[in-house]
Amino acid sequence: MAIWLNKDSKVIVQGMTGATGMKHTKLMLGDGTNVVGGVNPRKAGQTVDFDGTEVPVFGTVKEAIEKTGADVSVIFVPEKFTKDAVVEAIDAEIPLAVVITEGIAVHDTAAFWAYAGKKGNKTRIIGPNCPGIITPGQSNVGIIPGDITKPGRIGLVSKSGTLTYQMMYELRDIGFSTAVGIGGDPIIGTTHIDALAAFQDDPDTDLIVMIGEIGGDAEERAAAFIKENVTKPVVGYVAGFTAPEGKTMGHAGAIVSGSSGTAQAKKEALEAAGVKVGKTPTETAKLAREILSA
Amino acid sequence: MDLFEYQARDLFAKHDVPVLAGEVIDTPEAAREITERLGGKSVVKAQVKVGGRGKAGGVKLAASPDEAVARATDILGMDIKGHTVHKVMIAETAPEIVEEYYVSFLLDRANRTFLSIASVEGGMEIEEVAATRPEAVAKTPIDPIDGVDEAKAREIVEAAKFPAEVADKVVNVLVKLWDTFIKSDALLVEVNPLAKVASGEVLALDGKVSLDDNAEFRHPEYEALHDKAAANPLEAAAKEKNLNYVKLDGEVGIIGNGAGLVMSTLDVVAYAGEKHGGVKPANFLDIGGGASAQVMANGLEIILGDPDVKSVFVNVFGGITACDEVANGIVQALKLLEDRGEKVEKPLVVRLDGNNAELGRKILTDANHPLVQRVDTMDGAADKAAELAAAK
Repeated sequence: MAIWLNKDSKVIVQGMTGATGMKHTKLMLGDGTNVVGGVNPRKAGQTVDFDGTEVPVFGTVKEAIEKTGADVSVIFVPEKFTKDAVVEAIDAEIPLAVVITEGIAVHDTAAFWAYAGKKGNKTRIIGPNCPGIITPGQSNVGIIPGDITKPGRIGLVSKSGTLTYQMMYELRDIGFSTAVGIGGDPIIGTTHIDALAAFQDDPDTDLIVMIGEIGGDAEERAAAFIKENVTKPVVGYVAGFTAPEGKTMGHAGAIVSGSSGTAQAKKEALEAAGVKVGKTPTETAKLAREILSA
Repeated sequence: MDLFEYQARDLFAKHDVPVLAGEVIDTPEAAREITERLGGKSVVKAQVKVGGRGKAGGVKLAASPDEAVARATDILGMDIKGHTVHKVMIAETAPEIVEEYYVSFLLDRANRTFLSIASVEGGMEIEEVAATRPEAVAKTPIDPIDGVDEAKAREIVEAAKFPAEVADKVVNVLVKLWDTFIKSDALLVEVNPLAKVASGEVLALDGKVSLDDNAEFRHPEYEALHDKAAANPLEAAAKEKNLNYVKLDGEVGIIGNGAGLVMSTLDVVAYAGEKHGGVKPANFLDIGGGASAQVMANGLEIILGDPDVKSVFVNVFGGITACDEVANGIVQALKLLEDRGEKVEKPLVVRLDGNNAELGRKILTDANHPLVQRVDTMDGAADKAAELAAAK
C-alpha cells in the first residue's frame, strides 16, 4: 500500500520543459512513474517525446488535472518562480505537491505554506529543497535514484537527500515501502511527524527509519510524537554532531543557534522516546537489520 | 547573513524606523569630523557580531571630537570574544533614556510562520527576560500573508502591556519594522533597546538584523553587506568558486556530495579520530550533485590549500550522478592541479558507493595514483583518513 504514492498515482511536472525537468521526467518515466503531463503556459498544446513516450504540456495545473486526472505534481521550476508554482498547485487542489527546487527564499515558503492553510490544506506539500518520494517498484516522484533499492517493508523519512540514498543502499536487500525526503529548509511542508503517522498506519511498513540533522526542533517534536503514537519500531540517525555553532551547513535550515538545534539534543530526545539511534549511517542500518531479524 | 549594528541602523533608517544618526568608520581620525557634525559629542561603538560588547569596553562616550578620536583609537583593533573590531560607529549620543523596551519579528521555524516578540523590559538579552520573567514577554504569531498592519501592531502592544503614552509610537515602530522585515527578506529584525527618551520620543537605539541568503537573487543590495574582511580566506576563495564550504579546526579535509552526507561524514571522521589521537574534520565541503572534474578540482584545490589539512577524505554516494564520472573527476582533478604546477602531497582516501560504484572503483584502481587510496565503506574510509592524518 505504501504512503502517499503508488502505482495508480498520476503525476504532472511543473517545469517539465526546463533542463532539470526534462532530465528527471525521463528518469521518472524510466522508473515506471505514470507521468501524464507537464505544465508550462508558454508551451501549452505541445507534446514532449521521452524515448517514445509522448507527454502533453498544459497551460495550467488546473487544466492538466481536468484533462488527465493527475493527483500529484512535482515542481522543478526555478526558485524565483517556485512560490507562484506552488500557489497554483494549491489553487488547483492537487492532493500532493512535491517541491524539489532548492534555494527558495524562506519568506516565499512561509507564504505558500500559509496559503495552503487558508485553502484548507487540501494539498500535501513535500519540500521544498527535497529529493522527493519513492515507492519502489510503483512510482518515483523527484530525483531519488530509482534503482538503489527494491520494494520492501521499511519506511524512510529524511531531511537529507544523499543520506536517504545511503540508507536505501545500506538496506537495499530488505527494501522499502516508501522513502520520503522532506528537505532541509527552515520551513518545510510535510514533516517527520506526518511521515511517522502515515507509516504507523501503513500495513506494508514494519519498521521506520528516521533521519534528522541539526537545526530547529523537528526531531524533538518527532520524538514526542513517537512516544505517544508510534508502536512500530523506529530507528534514527542524526547528522551534524561536529557542526560549529552559528554556521549553516549546506542546507539552509541546518544551523545550530546558541544551544538550540544540536545533534546531541535530538539524539537524546529520540533515545528517550525509545528510538534506537545509530552513530553512523552504517550502524543505523545495522540496528534496523537487527530489529527486523529478531 | 547577520548584519553589523550600523548596517541594521541604516536599514531601519531606510524604512523609517526612528533611529539616531550614526556613521561607520575604520580609521580613528575620521571620528573627529563626524563628532563635530553631531554637535561635539558622540558615542563610539565597536562593530562586532557578538553580544556583550558594552561590558567588554566596546562602547564609550566621547565628550569632544578629540576624545572621540582617542576612544576610536582604543576600540579599533580590540578583541571582543574572539572578534577583532575593524569598524566603529560614531553615533549621536542618546537623549536621556526613560524606559527601555524590546521588539522583534522573526521566523518561527517550529510553527512554520512568523513571530513577534515584544517586552517592556528591554535593554538586556530577551532570552534572559524570557527565562526569569516569562510573563513580561509577549509572543504573537504573525500570518505571513496578512502581515502586520496597524491593528495587528496594536494587538502586539496590548499583549506586551506597553504604557498608554507610548502605545501609538510603538505601533508606528512595529509597522515600520515589519516593513523592514518583509522588504528585506529578513529572518530576524530586533530592536533592543527600543527606548523612550525624555522628550517622549521612541527610538531604536540598537538592533540586530539577519537576512536570508536564499533571497539574495531579488536583493542586489545584499552584495555590499557581506563582511568580506572577516571571512576566512579559504571560505572566501570557496565562495568565489560557488562551493559550499565551511572551515573547521581539524586535520582531515572532507569533500562529499549532499549536505546531509557531508555533515554525516564530519561526524564519522570525528568518531574515527577518537582512536587516532583526536584528529577532527578540517572542513565541510559539499560539491553537490554534479561533481564534474572541474568542480572536484576546485574543491580539492581549496582543501589542499588549507595548511591544517593532513589527509583528505572524498566521500561520494552516486545517486543520479554515476560513480565512474566522479572517479574520472578525481583523476582529472589531480591531473589538472598537477598541470597547474601545484604539487599534491597529501594522501586522499576515496569512498565511492551507489550508482556505477564498481566502474568508478576500477577507474581509481587503474589510475593507480600514488596518493589515492580506495576504501569502499564510509566507516572504513573515515578510519583510514583519520589514521593518515594522525600519522603526519
